[in-house]
Amino acid sequence: MAITPTVEVGEPQHDSTHRSRLARIAFVIATPYRQSAGIARAMLVVGTVLTGLMVLVAVFAPLIAPYDFDQVSDGGARFPKQGEPSGTHWFGTNVQTFDVFSRVVWGARTELKVVLMALALTIVIGVVLGLVAGFVGGWLDRILVLIMDSLFAFPYLLLAIVVAFLLSDKLGGGVTTAAAAITAVYIPQYFRVVRNSTVSAKEATYVEAARALGAPPHIIMSRYLFTNVIQSVPVIATLNAADAVGTLAALGFLGYGIQPTEAAEWGYDLNRAMDDATSGIWWTAVYPGLAIVLLVMALTFVGEGLNETLNPTLRVRRLLPVVLPPRQPAAPVENAIPVEKAEVGRDRRTGVGGSPADPETSTTEEGGR
Amino acid sequence: MPTKLDAQVPSSAPGGADDALMKVRDLQVHYALRGSSMGRLFGAGGDVVKAVDGVTFDLRRREVLGLVGESGSGKTTLGRALLGLVRPTGGEVRYGEHDLPSLSERRLRPFRRKLQMVFQDPSAALNPSMDIEAAVGHPLQIHKLVANRTERRERVVEALERVGLAPVERFLSKYPSDLSGGQKQRAVLARAIILGPELLVADEPISMLDMSVRAKILELMLDLKRDLDLTYVYITHDLATAKFFCDRVAIMYLGRIVEIGPTEEIFSDPKHPYTKALLRAIPEPDPGALVPRDLPRGEIPDAAAPPLGCSFHPRCPAAFEKCGWETRDLRPLLEQRWLGLDEDAYDAERATIGNLDSLDVPAHQVRLSPGRGRGPGDVEALVQRAREADPQEPLWKGVKRLEAQDGAVAVDFHEGEDPRLRPAGAVEVACHLY
Repeated sequence: MAITPTVEVGEPQHDSTHRSRLARIAFVIATPYRQSAGIARAMLVVGTVLTGLMVLVAVFAPLIAPYDFDQVSDGGARFPKQGEPSGTHWFGTNVQTFDVFSRVVWGARTELKVVLMALALTIVIGVVLGLVAGFVGGWLDRILVLIMDSLFAFPYLLLAIVVAFLLSDKLGGGVTTAAAAITAVYIPQYFRVVRNSTVSAKEATYVEAARALGAPPHIIMSRYLFTNVIQSVPVIATLNAADAVGTLAALGFLGYGIQPTEAAEWGYDLNRAMDDATSGIWWTAVYPGLAIVLLVMALTFVGEGLNETLNPTLRVRRLLPVVLPPRQPAAPVENAIPVEKAEVGRDRRTGVGGSPADPETSTTEEGGR
Repeated sequence: MPTKLDAQVPSSAPGGADDALMKVRDLQVHYALRGSSMGRLFGAGGDVVKAVDGVTFDLRRREVLGLVGESGSGKTTLGRALLGLVRPTGGEVRYGEHDLPSLSERRLRPFRRKLQMVFQDPSAALNPSMDIEAAVGHPLQIHKLVANRTERRERVVEALERVGLAPVERFLSKYPSDLSGGQKQRAVLARAIILGPELLVADEPISMLDMSVRAKILELMLDLKRDLDLTYVYITHDLATAKFFCDRVAIMYLGRIVEIGPTEEIFSDPKHPYTKALLRAIPEPDPGALVPRDLPRGEIPDAAAPPLGCSFHPRCPAAFEKCGWETRDLRPLLEQRWLGLDEDAYDAERATIGNLDSLDVPAHQVRLSPGRGRGPGDVEALVQRAREADPQEPLWKGVKRLEAQDGAVAVDFHEGEDPRLRPAGAVEVACHLY
């Protein structure tokens, strides 16, 4: 329960009243970082830092990578085939004579692009369908639930392969196809979560109140239900992002993902490096593999950290010390506490031990909405 | 209470048919109970709960009509049906030229500007993710009554000032979770009046509030009514506030209005036995006062299978032949009698009557078959004994014939009659006594 000061007492508050929209969004995003504690906080921070690094690498790939992802020669000189890591090729070259370091860096860009695109599509489609199914109910709801459940029951990789295969004719073997394949895998999760919370939220009085005000269904859904049913979406989204990286790599590994001519992709590189492993060429597989592990780990940390903080059943929130203002020196105290005792109390900082005139230190659970 | 006096002027003034803001005619809201899954599959209807069952009244302009009743009496459903929030299954709600139940949701929406609702739980009635400015101003946006944010803010400030949420600037950007219950209810009222409604249906608007703010909210509602020419339908189970707040009161029981009339009449001279019982149930402020309270016996009956005849008759101390006595009333009587017997006497009597389940089918005639080794004479003697033990019990007035016949005891009750609302003095009452 949030501990909020009653509005009746005290000065008019100025803090949250006139903040700009941007500042308010930043405030909301910062909430889990402020409220988390212990392992959850560590996971959240480490995950965010690692993800941030990956994003930086992806964004500045053209500056970081020495060569293009499909470059096989520089200044007329062909790169060596399966060349060892060296000054010119930090991570060596692979069987296709591509520079491994450049492929890893460009690969980060591909991963980010696909994951972002897939997530955006999934969230939009999943949330909208879930909201409509939950709100409208009836036959539409039953049919959508049936479809989503059957998608959910499919082995996810098989589903992704089928979609990628079907779309590769129309969209080619690029980023869009891979994103669409991943989208199909993850929509049911969002649909389920959003539909279920919509079904329970639409019984709330404020929804009936909105109807009584004359709000048409699309306004009830967008203004009254949407904000109240998407609370668990950020957690699912980050966890799914981690999962999606794996799915994309698996697709690439199996040859149904992004074609090597379109963009660099770690899973494909791993596939090509399979034969190298037996002949002692470790660099072609280790670096793309490490990159996958790193990104999946980073995103998982963020997701798990968010989950631990935002999920009320798991939540362990940080106890923030609250310093109360000193009490007014009021009427003479009847049972004055001996000075020594007060000193001891102050030293120990036990919260209740301080003398009445001291600023008391106590802890309280910092709540959030 | 000067406001109260002001309020009475228009309603007591002689007015023709135009005086009615809303005319409700034989309104019915029936809910189909879900039967078995097979029944659902083949569309075979299960039981029907008659939440509102044939309600007729006129709502006069600028009056406060109280709908009073126990839980499950259908008062909330009736209030919602007036606004079209619940689809009636029959009857009319005439509002001006229009019959509201016959309109589609889309056609109904413009009327929502004029017909507003205040909910019981102010914490639940506000969207937790909308600040007060957005929540109170949203109706204006829905009905496209404001062009921009500045205009909306002006109207919101005006409405909030009217409901006494001042200083307004402090509340505009607050979220519902930051406000107290009374403040939230004021915000809900502001949202309701911002569209300039004619009718406000208030569903127990103060029952979730602290005692200390209840009176303030009621005073505020009376002020709003006077300033904005509002008509209220005030739904409550609390007769004390109804007495203070309402011009007319309608007492509801099992989906029907059993008595309707001016508040003074109802409180000073209650006609219907149920109203009398309700009035006696009002707690006395004096803890020493011991008032004989013959509260209605038993529970409010199952709305899916209401009693035959007058639905209050099983609990009514004044019921007589016409009230619709039936087989289901016999079983509680016997069971009540057995509660007072010692074990041996109970065993003997219980064995006399065979299966009591035949008493669970609503009918005016029943055959009580004797238990093993007993004859119909024993059963008849038992029933007679029960009758002699409590001859004042109104049930016995309803028994037309009681005799042994073909190896069983036939009990016939008088055919009951469903009482309709009839004028009785200054009020209308649905009871055979009047």
